[in-house]
Formats: sequence, structure tokens, C-alpha cells
Amino acid sequence: MMVDDNRDSAARRTFSLAARLLSALKLDGPLLVGLGLLAVYALLVQYSASGRSLETIVRTLMRLGLGTVAMIALAQSSPNFLRGLAPWLYGIGIVLLLVVDAIGYVGKSAQRWLDVGLIRFQPSEIMKIAVPMIAASFMHERRLPPEWRHLLVLAGLILLPVALIAMQPDLGTAVLVFAAGTLVILMAGLQWQVIAGLAVAGVGAAVVGWNFLHDYQRQRIRIFLDPQSDPLGSGYHIIQSQIAIGSGGLFGKGWMNGSQAQLDFLPERSTDFIFAVIGEEFGLLGLIVLLLLYLFIVSRAIFLATQSTGTFARLLGSSLALTFFVYVFINAGMVSGLLPVVGVPLPLISYGGTSVVTLLAGFGILMGLYSHRKLINS
Amino acid sequence: MRIKDQWNEQRIFGSRTFAALVIMGLLSLTLLGKLLYLQVIRHDYYLELSQGNRVRQDPIPASRGLILDRRGRVLVDNEPAFQLELIPEQTPDLADTLRRLAELKLLDPEDIAPLKRIIRSRRVFDSVPIKLRLTDEEIGRFAVHRHQFQGVDLRARQTRHYPYGELGVHALGYVAAVSEDDLDRIDRPGYAGTTLIGKLGVEAAYETQLHGLNGYQQILVNAQGRSVKFQGAFQPELAAQAPVPGTDLVLALDLPTQQAAESALGDHRGAIVAIDPANGGVLALVSHPGFDPALFGRGLTRPEYATLVNNEDKPLLNRALRGTYPSGSTIKPLMALAGLTYNAIDPERRQFCNGEFHLPGSRHLYREGKGGKHGEVNLVDAVARSCDVYFYGLAAQLGVDRIASFAAQFGIGALTGIDISGEKPGLLPTPAWKKQVFKRPQDQVWFPGETVNFGVGQGYLLVTPLQLAHYTAMLAERGRGFQPRVVAGTRDASGRIVRSNPVAGSATNGISEASWALVLRGMIGATTYGTAAALGKDARYTIAGKTGTAQVFTVAQNARYNANTVAERLRDHSWFIAFAPAESPRIAVAVLVENGGFGASVAAPIARRVLDAYLLDAAAPAPAAAAPTTPPGATQ
Repeated sequence: MMVDDNRDSAARRTFSLAARLLSALKLDGPLLVGLGLLAVYALLVQYSASGRSLETIVRTLMRLGLGTVAMIALAQSSPNFLRGLAPWLYGIGIVLLLVVDAIGYVGKSAQRWLDVGLIRFQPSEIMKIAVPMIAASFMHERRLPPEWRHLLVLAGLILLPVALIAMQPDLGTAVLVFAAGTLVILMAGLQWQVIAGLAVAGVGAAVVGWNFLHDYQRQRIRIFLDPQSDPLGSGYHIIQSQIAIGSGGLFGKGWMNGSQAQLDFLPERSTDFIFAVIGEEFGLLGLIVLLLLYLFIVSRAIFLATQSTGTFARLLGSSLALTFFVYVFINAGMVSGLLPVVGVPLPLISYGGTSVVTLLAGFGILMGLYSHRKLINS
Repeated sequence: MRIKDQWNEQRIFGSRTFAALVIMGLLSLTLLGKLLYLQVIRHDYYLELSQGNRVRQDPIPASRGLILDRRGRVLVDNEPAFQLELIPEQTPDLADTLRRLAELKLLDPEDIAPLKRIIRSRRVFDSVPIKLRLTDEEIGRFAVHRHQFQGVDLRARQTRHYPYGELGVHALGYVAAVSEDDLDRIDRPGYAGTTLIGKLGVEAAYETQLHGLNGYQQILVNAQGRSVKFQGAFQPELAAQAPVPGTDLVLALDLPTQQAAESALGDHRGAIVAIDPANGGVLALVSHPGFDPALFGRGLTRPEYATLVNNEDKPLLNRALRGTYPSGSTIKPLMALAGLTYNAIDPERRQFCNGEFHLPGSRHLYREGKGGKHGEVNLVDAVARSCDVYFYGLAAQLGVDRIASFAAQFGIGALTGIDISGEKPGLLPTPAWKKQVFKRPQDQVWFPGETVNFGVGQGYLLVTPLQLAHYTAMLAERGRGFQPRVVAGTRDASGRIVRSNPVAGSATNGISEASWALVLRGMIGATTYGTAAALGKDARYTIAGKTGTAQVFTVAQNARYNANTVAERLRDHSWFIAFAPAESPRIAVAVLVENGGFGASVAAPIARRVLDAYLLDAAAPAPAAAAPTTPPGATQ
């Protein structure tokens, strides 16, 4: 019994040491564990999807490291500091988007990147955080639920960057930025009647907007409605990813043994379509584990947001948490054929891009908002 | 700063969080539903699709059966050769690739359009042969430019080899590339991987047996259609099925006899068919001129094909089966049997032949074919010396209906039922036939003079050399006929020869033994003292034969036929039919020499060489009863 007690207390000591370290770094333990498990899952799947490329693993680890640094850094910032930062971040973001669009216009090509010396940088990624920040910051100083004139301002603040991103053209990121901003307004208590009215207006706008879509974007929507209409062309992605997922069955074909993924039938298998690789190699079981992991992370993030103090913290926190879910749902939906194909990666699992850094930065903000709650209360 | 209602804000935020969680839950369930649909309900369907994606069946062509002569000597076998094949799915620009191959002179530009059609009708990822049997020089030329032709490659395949070249080509047939028409006809999956298909003769008639069953090897392919070994980290199990080789065919054909027949015919246009009367086996089948079957196996160039088609000697025509000619006097043994069977003549009664014949009440003159007079002849003499006047009278006496129905018993005017395709039935004329074919009423009448001509095998009557050989075999077997067949059996993998049973054909009835004996005496007489007396000299066996001369050109009433003045192509066709040994026949032969003139001088010596080759062949069983018997009444 004594031995057991000793062991128990040793474990307890280790645990409390970790808790104190996390608390000092202003990080949230459960959320961190969830993200860590997801990162391990990501490395496993990427190793298989990339054809056992160690380089891929190293690069992903580097991005995760960079993201963790951003997360820890942002976790230290107070809500007040972030609110002060919001207009600046937003303004810089808009300027950079204009620069990118201008370069794209001059070069007559799709332009999403800025080469800033050593790294290639995607300004639209800033907007995933800057837009909910500016919207939450705007509502922080006003009464909830938002009034009509405030809604107009918010709509302008959200739609300007969304339009600039859509013009690049990058429909996937535009959708996510739009979702992040809109979720702030919804969480701010926008009346259900207004939401319904806006939804009707949105459908009308979509009909008009159809004319402004690029051909390839229209094609994606058409193919979504009927993938068999072009089985070797644009419908190929959806057909092959459904074959991959469906052929995986309950338990999957086994790690590194998915024929669709390993024999190149599945396009973009380590990036946007990695969800299908999981479905093929780990089956329904693997996908359910993945979805539970995501739901755990989102739930914990929402919990953190509800426990935060102040309108800004709660709106920003819940928007970041829910956008993460939107990310997951759009990617899983498009790969499994529920939604049209828009270029949205599976968060933290898809290889590449700057999204890993932005996502972890967002979680850093969430943890910071949570850990600063008592300071404001006191 | 306005005072904020903290409690109200908390309430709104709480309800919104709850709503968000509910919506999240619903969306997650929708996603789960979709995944259940894909991975559980439709799992089998998608598994099959993924299997179809990754596994391809690479056909392994079965090796084509050999063709052997009656003693197992190889007449047709296989040899490896390189051919150019193309996989359309791996060829970036098909039209451009074919055009550039044509520029390298590896393709005939005119073949591009049909090739494209064949490529379209093939299955996905099938390798399509685009040039067969490349020469060393062509292989070199392609090898140099290989890197420019993605999706095109050289592959070693078995092709057909004819060790004796043209020998027996009209019997053996040939193989050629599978054509568009063939694709509509054959079982396509069964022919995946097969390049060559039988087009004529035995190669075509026994295609199914010779072809065998193609096997396959499953191969793992990636999305680009390339064969790969590993699927990720694993090497999956792949099924394979070995091909079943085609059956080796054993022909009735006798190689030395066939060789002798071809060399005996020499440069003449003509045909020879030799049949084993006891079972209908075709011992030799010659149609000259022939052609080299290997040309088709490697793909004929357009000029080569034009040369073959436009050649006025018609090398592609199978004269043995499809050439129709008047029978000439070779019909006379049949006429004699008819006369005896219908009791129209007394065989011993001698009739006087002065070289001319008139129908009662007509001034039309029927001349002795070769001119001259035979004096007094009985039936045996008339056959032996081929007296036209005797048979003019006999025919007039029998009448056309009786002659026609009697001739039909010997298969005249009907297909023999030989086991290779393309034979023609010839023509057995009757008044009914004439009425049907001619338009003007005055032409529809059957004239008595036409019956007279019938008696000596002229006029409308048309026969093929195969029919005459078959008829000769029936004479040898005293009315028992078999369907002629080139293939006598098969040889299985252990080398055991399985012979198939002969198929009974037409048979005669009501002909007495005495009648057969008389006609046999006449035919032996022909080779001993009659028209072909030179033939029987120093033969180690007795030959029963009959000459024939078929008119191509009708000589005017008061003129004489002079071979030297008539253009070569209008000269008479020369016939000879024979069977031997006369007492127990083992071979029946019909020889036709187009525009050869008098049958006895051209066709008969050819027939003799065929008989010698078969009957005196060291390997053959010794001819029964070697001592020739002189038929009674044949002495002069």
C-alpha cells in the first residue's frame, strides 16, 4: 500500500508540475492534448499519403513548431492588447490583399502569395484571424444584439476582404473568412428573423453571383451536382475520392495499403483530399476517431470561449472555435461528396500551406482569452 | 461608453452557444450518414471500382496450334517475331504518333484511318498491334526513335511460319491481322492479346481449335496505367491463368504427294485434288498460281496486295474449290453408268463412229471432239477411246432429266461439304433451271441439242476440280461417297493422334455390279490402249482414268479447232481423272490444266506423277496386289 501511495503521489507530482507549467505559459491542457493527438494522426497519415516521404514529415514538424511558437506567443496577449491590435492587423491585411490582387491583375494569373524574402506568405491567412477580431472588437463596444446600422458596418468589414480573396481567386479561403466574420455576428445574437431574411437574400445573391463566378468555379459546382458528367475531367476528383472512402469500408485497407491513394488514383491526396486517404486506409473507424478528436477540440474551444470574460473575448473565441468546425465540415463534405469542391484543407491534417500556423495561432488566442479571464474580473 | 447589460449578453451568448452545438451535432450526423452510406451500404460497389482501378488483366496469348500432314510432318508452325504495338491510353497524341510512324515508313499512311477505328473499338488499355513482323532494319529504325513514341513499343510475339512457303496455300490458308470485320464476329474478350486470325483454308475453318484459350496475368497499375510492383508498402496478390494452347491439327494431306502435285503442275494455271476414296481425306489440294501466306502474316503492303489482286492469273482464286469449268469427257463414265442403269444401251452392241453425229430431223452437226473416226465401238471402247459420237447418241436416248438426276447422285452441281470454306456448287443444268434463269421465253426452252452436248460434258454443265475428284473417288468406291476433308484429326499434348471419323456423303443406288465392272474396264482401257495409253505404260499398278477436254471457245460449224491458231486463253481446258490401284483404289485424283489443250497430253502425265508419289512412296504401305491385271476385251 505504501508503495502504491508513493507511486500515486509521484504521478500526482508530475501532473501538478505539468499543470503549473501550462498555467505559466497560459495554455490549456485538454486542448493541447487534443491538438497533440491530432498532430500525431496527421504525421501518420501524411507519411502514408506522401509515399513514405521523410521530407514531408520534417516539413510538417517544422510548421507545427512554428505554429506552436505562434500559439504560445499569442496566448500571452491580453484581450485588450488584441482589441488594440485588431484594426492594425485588419488594415495591413487589406493592403496586402490589394497588393496581391494588383500583382495578379498585372500578371494576369491567379495570385495568392507574396514572396517576402525567405518565406512565401499568404495575406488571406491573416484575414482568418483579423476579420473575426475586428468584428468582435466592433461589437464589444456596442449593445447586443447588433442593430441594423451596425450590421451594415460589419457586412462591409467582412465582405471587403472576402471579395478581395475571392478575386484572387481563392474561393475556399473566402468562404472560411466569411464564416469567421459571420459567426461573430451570429454569436452576437442576431435575431433569427433577420438570419432567415438574410438567408433568402443570400440565395438571391447567389443566383446573381453565379454570373460573376469564374468558369472553373462554376464547373466545380456543376460537377458537384453531377460528378459522372465528366468522369475523367473535373468530376474525376470526386469520383476517385468516393471510391477511396467507400472501398475502405469499416476498418480500412490498412496503413500505407490504400490502392487509390498509393497508386495515384486519388489526386491531391496529401493536401485537400487527405480525408479520403484516411477513409481508405483506416476505414469508417479511422474517420470516426478523427471526427471525435475534432469534436473534442471544438467543444473544448467553445467551453474556453464561454468561460472567457468580455464580449470581445467570447465572440472572438467562439468564432475561432466554430470556424475550425466549419473547416472540418467543408473539407470532409467536399471529399465525401456532400458539398462542392472548394479548396479547403482538412485542418491540421492536410500537408502544406500556412494554415497550420494560422490555426495554431487562433488556438493560442483562444487560450490567451481564457487564461486572462480572472485578470479582468478582478 | 454605453452601459452594457452583462446579464442579457450572457443569456444571448449562452443560447447561441447551445444553438451552435446543436447545429454542429446535426452537421456531424449528416457527415456520418454520408460516410456510413459510402463505407458500409455501398462498400462492395466502391471496393469493386477500386479493384477495377488498380488491377488490369494482361492477356497471355495462347500459342496457335500447329498444322501437320498425315504423318505428322509440320506444315505450319509458329516462330517469334517482333511487332509494333501501341497502348492508346499511354499515347499522348494518337493522330500525331501515327503520322510520325508513317513518316518513318513504319506505317502505310493509308492504314492510319482503319487503325484508328480498330483502336477505338478495343478495350481500355489493350495493346493494339500496328505493324506485324518487323524486319531487322525496321526494328533498328524504330529503336533509334523509340523515345519519341510514348505508348508505342516493340513486343516479341509468336507469328505464323510456313516452312514450305506457298505449298498448299489454298488448302492451309493463311493468318492475318484481326480486322474490323473480325472484331464484330469473334468473342472479343477471348481474343484480347491475339494478333493474328485465320483468314482462309484450314487456318480459318478450324480457327477455334487452332486459337486455343488465351490466359491472363493480373497486373497492378497506377493511375497513369503503368505497371507497378508495390501498392504503397505492400505487394498484393495477383491472379493469373495460364493459356491453353491451340490444338495441333493432323491433315489428311500427304506432304510428298502435295509436293509432287505442285511440281508436276509446274507453271500451268490449274488445280489438282487428290482424295483417299476410302474416307474422303484430301491427300493433295493444289491451285496454281498461289501466293506466299507469310505476306499476310506480316501485313501486306498496298502495292503487294494490288499486284496479287490485279494479276490476271488470279493467284488468290482457289481454283480447286471455286474454279468452275465444263467437265468435258470426264463425265463419260457417269453417262455410261446411267445408260446401263436405265437399260438404254446394250454394252456389247457395237456402234459405228464416223466422226459425226446428227439428231434425227436436224442438220446440226456434232463433231468428234478431237476429230477423226473411231469405227466400231462398244461401251468399254467408247469410254476408253472417248468416243463422242457414242455418247451423243446415248445422251439423246437418256434425255436430260434422267442424266441430271443420275449426275446429282455423284454430287455434280452440289457442294461436296469439304471442311474448308469457299467451295462453289458448279452447275447441273436442267430444263427447270433454264426456265428460271433465262428471261426471254425463247431462251427458256430446253433444246434437244443441249442434251447431246451434256453427254460429252459441254454446254451449261460446270464442275469444280474438287467435285470431279469427289466423283472420281465415288467411281473408285463403286458409288460410296464421303465428304472430302482436309483435316483428319488432332494431336493432343502427349503426341497422341486422334483421328476423326469419315463423314458419309452422297451415295448412288441401283447401279449393278456388272455395270461398275464394265465402266471400270473402260477406264482401265483408257490408260492402257485408249486416249491416255501412254500413261499406263510401265506403271507398277493399274490406273483407271479418263481424259477430258473442256471447250472454252465454240468452234464454228464447219471449222476445225486448231490449238495453234486460238489465243492461249481461249484454248481448251485439259482434264484428267484417275484412281489407282484400280482393283483396290487408294487414291482418286482430278487434274485440271487451264487452257492446257487436249486432256491426255497435258493433264494425264501430271496425274501420273501424283499417283506415283502417293502409291510408290517408300513410307506408304505397299500397294496391294502389285500385279496389274489386264481387263478382258481391252486387248487390241
